[in-house]
Amino acid sequence: MRRNGLRVWALHLALLAVLASAQFWLSPYLATNLARIMVLAVFAMGYNLAFGYTGLLSLGHALLLAAGMYAAGLPALLWGWSAGPAFIAGLAGGGLVAAVLGLLALRTAGVSFMIVTLMFAQAGFLTLLYFAPVTRGNDGFAVAAASRSFLGFDLSTDTPRFLAAFAIFATGLLVSLALMRSPFGRTMIAMRENEERSRMLGYNPFTVKLAALTLSGLYAGAAGAAYALLFGYVGASFATIQYSILPMLYVLMGGAGTTLGPFLGALLMFALVEAATGLTTAHQFIIGAALVALVLFAPKGILGTVRERWAKWLP
Amino acid sequence: MSNGLLHPTRRGLLLAGGAGLLTAALPGHVAAQAAPIRIGFQLHRTGIGAAYGRWYERTTQAALKAINDAGGIAGRPVEILFEDDATDPKRGSEVVDKLTQADGCDLVMGTLFSHVVMGSAPRAGELKVPYLVCSEGYHVASGALNRWTLQPGITDVRAQISTMAPWVAANLGKKVTMVFPDYAFGHDHRDFFTKAVAEQGGEVIAQIAVPPTETSFTRYFPQIPAETEVLYHVMVGPAVLTFVKELGEFYGTGAKPALFGFVDSLEAVDTATPGLEFLEGSHFWEAHPRVKPADAGEHEAAYRAAVGVDDNGASVSDAKDISTYSHMFSTWETLYFIKQAMEASGYAGPADRQKLVEAMEAISDLPYGIERPQGAKRFNGKTHQVFGTQSISQVQGGKLVKVHTTTIEEGLYEDAVDYTTMSF
Amino acid sequence: MAFGPFLLLALMEGLVTAAVLALAAAGLSLVFGVMRVVNVAHGEFYMLGAVLAWAVTGMIPGPAALTFLAALIIAPVLVAALAAVADGLILKRLNYDPEATIVATIGLLYILQQAALSLYGPNANPVPAPFEWRIQLPWFGYSGYKLFVVLAALAVLLALWTFLSRTRAGLIMRATQVDRMTAQAFGINVDRVYMGTFALGAGLAALAGVLVVPIQQAQYLMGHDPLLLSFIVVIIGGLGSLRGTLVAAVVIGLSDGVISMFFSPTLAKILATLLVAMVLVLRPQGLFGARA
Repeated sequence: MRRNGLRVWALHLALLAVLASAQFWLSPYLATNLARIMVLAVFAMGYNLAFGYTGLLSLGHALLLAAGMYAAGLPALLWGWSAGPAFIAGLAGGGLVAAVLGLLALRTAGVSFMIVTLMFAQAGFLTLLYFAPVTRGNDGFAVAAASRSFLGFDLSTDTPRFLAAFAIFATGLLVSLALMRSPFGRTMIAMRENEERSRMLGYNPFTVKLAALTLSGLYAGAAGAAYALLFGYVGASFATIQYSILPMLYVLMGGAGTTLGPFLGALLMFALVEAATGLTTAHQFIIGAALVALVLFAPKGILGTVRERWAKWLP
Repeated sequence: MSNGLLHPTRRGLLLAGGAGLLTAALPGHVAAQAAPIRIGFQLHRTGIGAAYGRWYERTTQAALKAINDAGGIAGRPVEILFEDDATDPKRGSEVVDKLTQADGCDLVMGTLFSHVVMGSAPRAGELKVPYLVCSEGYHVASGALNRWTLQPGITDVRAQISTMAPWVAANLGKKVTMVFPDYAFGHDHRDFFTKAVAEQGGEVIAQIAVPPTETSFTRYFPQIPAETEVLYHVMVGPAVLTFVKELGEFYGTGAKPALFGFVDSLEAVDTATPGLEFLEGSHFWEAHPRVKPADAGEHEAAYRAAVGVDDNGASVSDAKDISTYSHMFSTWETLYFIKQAMEASGYAGPADRQKLVEAMEAISDLPYGIERPQGAKRFNGKTHQVFGTQSISQVQGGKLVKVHTTTIEEGLYEDAVDYTTMSF
Repeated sequence: MAFGPFLLLALMEGLVTAAVLALAAAGLSLVFGVMRVVNVAHGEFYMLGAVLAWAVTGMIPGPAALTFLAALIIAPVLVAALAAVADGLILKRLNYDPEATIVATIGLLYILQQAALSLYGPNANPVPAPFEWRIQLPWFGYSGYKLFVVLAALAVLLALWTFLSRTRAGLIMRATQVDRMTAQAFGINVDRVYMGTFALGAGLAALAGVLVVPIQQAQYLMGHDPLLLSFIVVIIGGLGSLRGTLVAAVVIGLSDGVISMFFSPTLAKILATLLVAMVLVLRPQGLFGARA
């Protein structure tokens, strides 16, 4: 067990070291995109906590992403908040909306949960449009330069942006790893595997799931806020169903219930889009075919399949 | 690695070149020719903008050929790289990034949908690359964007609308009900038309904002007040045809108000489609009349021939393939605007981008010519917005027939921003 | 407009929405109920039905009613065949694993959408209705074809219900839905049942697409909304209950229509969505689902 622990921490720290150094050996174009991927991976890691570990199949995570994005972006737009407080507001916004969503939606389970989350997210998207005088609706808005500075660093420039994205990603990854190795993490997995049995062991499934979903919302909120502040745009398109399906896709591609799966999925999907658009104008063919091929080859996602066949110690 | 990802097609070329076969086979003068100017085009190839994107690409290819046939820009050949943004703001900013950093384009152009413009412009500002949109949104002139974003090819929606109000109030009626999509494009119509028609002594008596996710409209029509004299409608997206058809079914043979619409409701749609008969006699705003008017300018025929559009605004190869005629000219005119500014500034490469934007800001009068088939324009360097004439057409015998043309002056309004005072 | 006629119009519109929804959702309900597969590509089968209807009516000469009838038969059969192939090539090999099939059907969605875009193009194209008949009421006009859609949907659902409850194939399908293992033990070829179910579900979606195309035009992105609404209808109705699916479609169609009378359109959409979501929150098993 201890040897496994060392191996696991070493693997994660090694990945972080490689990513931290990436800005020195990647082109500015790829480094900027790696920053994007890391932010999206935070969103996917949050989704993984709810879906991969706790078994909550949500189709409403776009709502949580948008909650973080607008909770950070609106104070910046309306009152000129700087990046630090705006980010914290985004984090809190994601967590708060997730908690309220959980209080209502967690009365349901399985596919009903999926549909209820989908509908609340849809209502959220329409609400953003309805209050367009404040939210700027579908067009969205650009976040002003003044709000994109943190402790004097300009987050719209390459190095600070990359470091900020990396810091958020590293925190998210290490927290989720620590969580999975903690008793609470095992309770979450127990919820997924057998809710009835964990109830008999004295756990309240509702509380555990609510905590997991809120945690998931904090991740989504952080990702939304980070996107607004690092890339300078806030818009209602991030609240559409597409952005609820994306984290699910990342997680399923990389491996649901693996700590590194969400990042791997986000990275792969980006590479896939880049490669496909370079090959042909009918690039969705390639993406579709690749997804089908991938899932035929690795039905549990890449890391899920790796874990099943070769490395049982992967968290 | 510093080149980023290469397009595999280009990599294939490089490999062939590396083998020495290609270079040996090429005539000598090609090697001596100047390096091409490379323009990135942010294209709505997929997503809700695809119907527009296709015609934007065709028009741009036609303009590119015309410019290269005439010797290129400042003697250098021009090439255009089209990259799909899926009509999505997030992908849009990634595409600006890719075209600029990975493909080494001198500038980026071509975006239509305004949320994609809003999502992409911040990245263009960070990269300090000129970003020329073909969107007709009021976002540029309102001051919401930055020094690197300009709209030199198409009049913005605020100016378009203001020029329509006097004519509508004088010819169709003064009590207006508006039906529009419930997002920024529709809100611009709501705000500016309501204001403009009030100045003409008219009044907007009801505003019906339809959610953009809607695919059926009949149930909203009873909200149109009975005393309505003019129904002002503007819709975009794939549901437009449903909208006009359902409106026809709703009013049917009964009394109906005069209809005034923006042709956005019918772009890429044949006005002779069964079910649209009730549009007969109604009026539309057009930027560039789809059906060639009798008094069309001398360059109209050449432009249509180059793009491959017949006198009815349909593709020459397929009469059922209707163009987005009132929007697509903007890509043609933007390309010529780039040529003019590059040649004026002595643009040599990405280091001159700032000089290029300053040269663009210095442009003001843009006379009619093959460079501007839609008509003469006036560019406002302070607001980064161009202004041109607008047309009103009436559906007669299932065809849009031009009945009125406005002047440039009617569309001008007070500057809301002075981008030239902003830092680069 | 006075309240009475306004309400009448809202109800008529709601019924049409409900009819199309019930058809598309019935297909999804089968796939979801019998196979436990979340078919993200379901909306694309609906879209293919509409696009094929456009192709068929354009290719076959003859009066509108006849070509439309041809489309009504040809398009669903073609789409069902395509779905059967997709099942055999992809879903079967994944052993119908719930998570893997989500990724696979997202892949399928991309492929089908791109196929439509590349072969058919991005424009919305109309298909003429089989007959032109407008009902002129004293207050407003209404499309007679829309009423035909309601009747046609009812007829198809009735046929489906008869098939499921009165035929041997339907019985086998329901048996597989209740317990796959036992069905297998009794010698039922589950693979074939699944393939048939997937094909039937896709065919029903395509049929809905053909019926709707004279109202809404064929466009390559049109599968998006029916997909979401079908899922909602299936779950609200209660998984595996055809009656529930029908009732839920009517509830959703009518509530959407009636609520839109009282509020501005976007606000009405928000309220209708929240209302339906709350139904599920208060009754998690759906309207007609058995308590687990």
